[in-house]
Amino acid sequence: MAAIGAGAERQLSFGEMIRDAAAVALVALGLALPLVGFQTVDRGAGMILETRFGAMFYAVGVIFVGRFVLGLIDAGRGRPILAASGAFSAAWVLNAIFDVAPPIEHVTLGWLTWLVAMTIALRAWFVLRRGARPAGRDGTRAGALPAVWLERVGRLVVPAALTFAVVMPFLPFADQRLVDLGILVLTYTMLGWGLNVVVGLAGLLDLGYVAFYAVGAYSYALISINLGLNFWETLPFAGAVAAFFGVALGFPVLRLRGDYLAIVTLGFGEMIRLILLNWDDLSNGAKGIGDIPRPSFFGLQFTAAPREGVAAFHEYFDLDFSPIHRVIYLYYIILILALLTNWFTLRIRKLPIGRAWEALREDEIACRALGINPTTTKLTAFAIGATFGGFAGSFFATRQGFISPESFNFIESAIILAIVVLGGMGSQLGVVVASVVLIGGPEWFRDLGTFRMVAFGALMVAVMIWRPQGLLAHRDPTVRLPAAPGRPP
Amino acid sequence: MLVVEGVHTFYGHIEALKGVDLEVKPGEIVTLIGANGAGKSTLLMTVCGTPQAQSGRIVFDGQDITRLPTHQIMRSGIAQAPEGRRIFPRMTLLENLQMGALAADPAHFSEDLERVFAFFPILKERQTQRGGTLSGGEQQMLTIARSLMSRPRLLLLDEPSLGLAPMIVRQIFKIIREINERTGTTILLVEQNAYHALRLAHRGYVMVTGAITLTGSGAELLANREVRAAYLEGGH
Ligand SMILES: Nc1ncnc2c1ncn2[C@@H]1O[C@H](COP(=O)(O)OP(=O)(O)OP(=O)(O)O)[C@@H](O)[C@H]1O
Ligand SMILES: [Mg+2]
Repeated sequence: MAAIGAGAERQLSFGEMIRDAAAVALVALGLALPLVGFQTVDRGAGMILETRFGAMFYAVGVIFVGRFVLGLIDAGRGRPILAASGAFSAAWVLNAIFDVAPPIEHVTLGWLTWLVAMTIALRAWFVLRRGARPAGRDGTRAGALPAVWLERVGRLVVPAALTFAVVMPFLPFADQRLVDLGILVLTYTMLGWGLNVVVGLAGLLDLGYVAFYAVGAYSYALISINLGLNFWETLPFAGAVAAFFGVALGFPVLRLRGDYLAIVTLGFGEMIRLILLNWDDLSNGAKGIGDIPRPSFFGLQFTAAPREGVAAFHEYFDLDFSPIHRVIYLYYIILILALLTNWFTLRIRKLPIGRAWEALREDEIACRALGINPTTTKLTAFAIGATFGGFAGSFFATRQGFISPESFNFIESAIILAIVVLGGMGSQLGVVVASVVLIGGPEWFRDLGTFRMVAFGALMVAVMIWRPQGLLAHRDPTVRLPAAPGRPP
Repeated sequence: MLVVEGVHTFYGHIEALKGVDLEVKPGEIVTLIGANGAGKSTLLMTVCGTPQAQSGRIVFDGQDITRLPTHQIMRSGIAQAPEGRRIFPRMTLLENLQMGALAADPAHFSEDLERVFAFFPILKERQTQRGGTLSGGEQQMLTIARSLMSRPRLLLLDEPSLGLAPMIVRQIFKIIREINERTGTTILLVEQNAYHALRLAHRGYVMVTGAITLTGSGAELLANREVRAAYLEGGH
């Protein structure tokens, strides 16, 4: 009997389940009314408000049914529901593959339905398999692979991955698209590592990390355009400006924790974006900043026709001009920046300040009792995390040659945070795995066409079900046993 | 060494300490007993500066520390093993001890480590184990050991025997005495286990709802009729 394992929690009665689902649907309705119910449409002459109540009620209905069915699963009716929802999602996919007229015209609603069905099927299967274990899990042990196993694999995987990252652009199958993807993955790896300092080590939930990415990008663009400095000269300035913003955010939120901190940082991220959008004199508003200097290889330009008197990279090395040269160069820049971030984080974890971050995440009161100053500890975490975000932003600006507030939406913060959480908070290797999966994944799924994001979503749901602590939740101790007694570690 | 004079501490508008006077002389073990909610932990926390005393004075080694921020107080020679263990569960035992040494000169680290392991040999065997997986008694020992790592001159211990088996309790008290005798560390001990704690102490204080009501040598308090009735009857 699957229901037995549900443990101390009282089983809901049928009526209570309906009521519960109705309550959830009501919340959904509240959210969906402004988000889905109304839509502004640009009709040449101006904006018109259109209503989409059909879609809204459909979405709310799906949520009602979904919640109710989840309740049924917990009540031990998993088997028939697994069959039904599994069949439903399968039918949906077959439907798409053979291109029969979709039962629902609206593409997004179609996805929503499929995703809900898929989630229900997964949940039902999971509950049946695990004997209805409730979701709460023990923080210290769960999800962590055996440490010895991880260590052994880590010793092989890390050098292998590093070697691969270094030689990748020269492998026979590496075309421009792949190297570009590599750049993207590395950028997010770096952002993930930077945010990991704040979220993973110091335990400060930051939902506005994209702000520092934006600050770095804009500082880079403005400094390099106006002062004519090159990439490596501008980088420290951009990092410093981002660090300043990190501290500026840190101060007001010093006393906040958890949810409250998350909300304020979220607001901060949006604020920066809105300022960039509206401060035309500084940031050129929505039009963005173009013609940002591209990086040169020790003064050698990556252009087919360089200016008078300036050597181009391909001429100097006697190669045929190819746009991939620049891409490969950019790839190595971000590889170096990312590795620098990682190296720095690994080092600082072993220093008093790094250990204070981790201790602060675990118990702030104990930290105070040990003479740690929570104020400076938190501020340095924000500042250092922001600096790395700023570096990554500078890279982004020089790579794109054009930036606008568009690129720094909340979704970016969400993706970076997802990388950190999915990777297993605080795990450096986890960040790499997660950004390969999260950033590279959607590219590989491209063949699935419109189902790409669905497959991607399902993958994330699956990870969260099987590894709720993140892919690699193992925390590496910063000290090993001293080799001989009495030796300092 | 530590002088507390007329200290009032508030949580919001609740007055948890209503004018406490207490003194700890160098080299002493002083025990503070009192019922649940009397304000014992609050007094130790007030000495450490969170929460800060609303009025009154706290003087440590001749220096007024009443208004200092906590992290500075904790770096001036006072260490606390807070109530309820509060070790870092995801860190290894050794890392926990390192955290205790953050405020100290790193040059002493290995020496202090040996000294602490001499008091708590069991901890030496478990250095690589994560704090959260230690037993309750081991965690309690780790809390004390961690607070010793900063070489405090004054050690504040808040209910070190909480939730431990009688055997381990006796062991912990023995170690506290050893720490006091061997290293000369002054100790202010808060305890529910009044019998053991008073036998150990040079002097003791009794606290009732935020104020000190009785004081005397450990033996005097043990013999006192009120103390016996309120804190010792039924046990031992
Ligand atoms: N953070 C707080 N906010 C509000 N009131 C508090 C707070 N901490 C303690 N109190 C109150 O202050 C009073 C003294 O608490 P304290 O923890 O000092 O007692 P105690 O003597 O250590 O008790 P015990 O032996 O149970 O540990 C209690 O009434 C308690 O409810
Ligand atoms: Mg207490």
